[in-house]
Amino acid sequence: MNAIIVSTLLGVIMMFVSWGTSNTKLQRNIGLVGLLVLILANIAQMNGWLSVNFDTKGMLAFNAIGLYVNTILFTITFIYLWINGEEIDKIGNHTADYYAIFFFILCGISILTSFDNLLMLFIGIEILSIPLYILTGADKKNLFSNEASLKYFLMGSFSTGILLLGIAFIYGATGSFHLNMPILNPATNLPVEHFLMSAGLLLLFVSMNFKVSAAPFHFWTPDVYDGSPTVFTSFMATVVKAAGFVAFIKVFEVQRIALGQNTWIIILPFVIVSTLLVGNITAVFQRSVKRMLAYSSIAQAGFMLFALYGNSTFNNEALVLYIVAYSLATIGVFAVLIKMKDYSIESFNGLAKQHPALAFLTTLFLFSLAGIPLTAGFFAKYYMLNAIFTAGAGIWLLVVAILFAAVSVYYYFKVVQAMYFVEGLPAVHPIEKSYERKLWVIAIILLVLGVFPSLLFNYLYF
Amino acid sequence: MLLLSILTIPFIAAIILLFVKHKEKANYIAIGSSVVIMALAFNIAFNGVANFDADWILSLNARFILTADGLAKILILLTAISFPVIFIATSKNELRNRNQFLALMLFTQTGLLGVFLAGDALLFYFFWELALIPVYFLCSIWGGEKRIAITFKFFIYTFLGSLFMLIGIILVYTNTTDHSFLITSFKHANLTHGQQLAAFALFFTAFAIKMPIFPLHTWQPDAYEQSPTAVTMVLSAVMVKMGLYGIIRWLLPLFPAAAASHANFVIVLSLIGVIYASFIAIRQDDVKRLIAYSSIAHIGLMSAALFTNTSIGMQGVLIQLFSHGINVLGLWIVADIIEQQTGTRSMKALGGLAKKQPTLAILLVGFALANIALPLTNAFVGEFLIFNAIFQFNPWMAAFAGVSVVLAAIYTLNMVQKIAYGSVSDATNLMQVPNKSAQFVLMVLLGIVFVTGVYPQVLFNITADTLQQLFVK
Repeated sequence: MNAIIVSTLLGVIMMFVSWGTSNTKLQRNIGLVGLLVLILANIAQMNGWLSVNFDTKGMLAFNAIGLYVNTILFTITFIYLWINGEEIDKIGNHTADYYAIFFFILCGISILTSFDNLLMLFIGIEILSIPLYILTGADKKNLFSNEASLKYFLMGSFSTGILLLGIAFIYGATGSFHLNMPILNPATNLPVEHFLMSAGLLLLFVSMNFKVSAAPFHFWTPDVYDGSPTVFTSFMATVVKAAGFVAFIKVFEVQRIALGQNTWIIILPFVIVSTLLVGNITAVFQRSVKRMLAYSSIAQAGFMLFALYGNSTFNNEALVLYIVAYSLATIGVFAVLIKMKDYSIESFNGLAKQHPALAFLTTLFLFSLAGIPLTAGFFAKYYMLNAIFTAGAGIWLLVVAILFAAVSVYYYFKVVQAMYFVEGLPAVHPIEKSYERKLWVIAIILLVLGVFPSLLFNYLYF
Repeated sequence: MLLLSILTIPFIAAIILLFVKHKEKANYIAIGSSVVIMALAFNIAFNGVANFDADWILSLNARFILTADGLAKILILLTAISFPVIFIATSKNELRNRNQFLALMLFTQTGLLGVFLAGDALLFYFFWELALIPVYFLCSIWGGEKRIAITFKFFIYTFLGSLFMLIGIILVYTNTTDHSFLITSFKHANLTHGQQLAAFALFFTAFAIKMPIFPLHTWQPDAYEQSPTAVTMVLSAVMVKMGLYGIIRWLLPLFPAAAASHANFVIVLSLIGVIYASFIAIRQDDVKRLIAYSSIAHIGLMSAALFTNTSIGMQGVLIQLFSHGINVLGLWIVADIIEQQTGTRSMKALGGLAKKQPTLAILLVGFALANIALPLTNAFVGEFLIFNAIFQFNPWMAAFAGVSVVLAAIYTLNMVQKIAYGSVSDATNLMQVPNKSAQFVLMVLLGIVFVTGVYPQVLFNITADTLQQLFVK
């Protein structure tokens, strides 16, 4: 509850900060300090030091994993804002407003990690989405940005409509918005089949797939990611997507039995395999690194969907590690991309000669995305595969997963090759030493988690 | 601690090297650290050493455990001898950013030593990949003209192979009784027959690509040809041994039933590769490609012998792992000296080396004889045991494999004839000053060839305990 209250307050405060001061640097620092307060407030609740609680009539339920995911996502947001703060200033002239928007998004995220009621799910998704439509269109004078925003808004509203319809169906079947255990038939111990319930869950499934951009509901992703300002793409592809996954899992953790176990193990692998296929294969053919990263984020979503496969304890570990590894590496790559004058792969030619440290960092981030050992990405993939195998997936699914992982190596390494092995003059904006130092922080986190992944799990069980 | 230090020294030296721009200093650091590692390796091989064991990833129950039994010792010895030899022999070659080159080489060495020492499947996988990454950069930055595409093919091939192995590891791990990656728990995992076959196939793919076994060998000759020679030496002398090591350490003990039922299949594949590679070697004009194909043939023989499941075959392979490394290293160094001084690798353009540089020609002949496995050379002992094992398994296969000895004699002697004898060609005429440091290491290597050829008991002693474990229940 702390996180929801504090993030709302901070959002409101940031809205009025621009009246108090027009110094963007100050606004930025107020935003960062506010975010630290938010993280502390959440940690306070996590450790039971101090928490504001009142009766939500079972609408919200705070458990360890939800609060821990909050902490992780807030921290990633902090790293993201800390690195990209100056870039955000350059877009439009309302710095403080962006921070207000970020806090509202974080409020949506903290609802999505704690809802226990489908209405709260709906409210959380809306609080998360509407600020995102604004961020997408933040570059007002850029037509692509406007197009992306409109597209995202229309598609997003449509999928929210489906979500609501699903929730209405489930309400019709059970008479409640709560995420209860499905009613079991005492004779067979299987859930009572109910057409409205199944239909509602299927609609929810479709809508959630849309939110995490899983194929075949991914069509909005490349255009929106490509059109929005690069700094905001970085945020949408990481923190927002991760929150979507947490909500997705919360809905289907228990409810999937009501869908019928057979239905579940048919539709989920179908979505996973098609997401991996579309994301990876299309990424191979991209000329622009930004668009390639958009498709790669679809491909990575395919891997994260594995966390839905079973409900062993490995799943939570795998998802948390995957979120951290994927988000940090993606934020890192985008932070480098922002500094390029042109987003084509050729523009990276010869970067290793001109900016050896930057090239090394980019390589490390790409390695992590590709899942090469010694980076966090490797263990993220390992835990994921281990989790689905423990949950009883067939070996064929693992083989498909690693075949696509090998495909992903192909397109990530194209950038590495351009940087190291091709001669050329990269077109790079001037980069300060301090900017590089910030990227090293990400790199070190990825390397440490690449050797000791279990550091992340200490808080998962208590 | 000795085992941990042999891993950390090359790693730290590599990091230091990244900051040493001066060419000569970089050379000294690389050679110095690799000699220290060699001394440690000798100590480990002849005195034995305790395991190193520490917690690593608690939630998975993976441990950082290093063990050195006979199999590990012989390969560590090979790795530790190869690197200083390579550094000294190629110290005069022109390379841009030499310090980075040497640093990546030492990272490779760390990975290789880790692979041979790891006693935990996840750790093994970790080092297995780590050995590959620096090689990717070494070949792509300093390689020949077509380096980028060729190296990428090599990388994707081996990376895919190792991902298959990763699934195999997950499969076995999930079925271990105590959920651990230790080799002993892996051996006692409760696998059904189907699971054992699947795991066998997954592991085997990774090792077969690395060795490589026909028909998965297509990356190798290209990669050897396009890599800078120092890297080719590492690839062919040490890195291919990772595949054979994997079979001896993991595949055969973990899945004995599946290995036995597929022995025929693997041996036939290996032998096809042996004969096929030998015939291609005969047709080569490029010295590097010739040695590459000859290496495929020798590795194929070893993999065939492993699957005969005889102690005599295992003994032969354990010795041959070391001997093949030394021999092929010698051949590469000679080829490199010739290429550096004449600027060509084509045998048509060479000739008359014996008149121009008699010492080098004698060394070449020495290694050529070892490559044919003539008695008194080290390869004879190993190959004799290997043929013996294949004969015990199936005399017809032994007859088929025997053809490769004749073929080896044809291509090797043909090479010696074209390079060393005949009239002095224009290219050979360019070879004015002998490369003293390279010749020195060649003499040392040739010394090892004959000493272990006449008195192989040195190597038998090192590997005795592995043989004991594998065949005396």
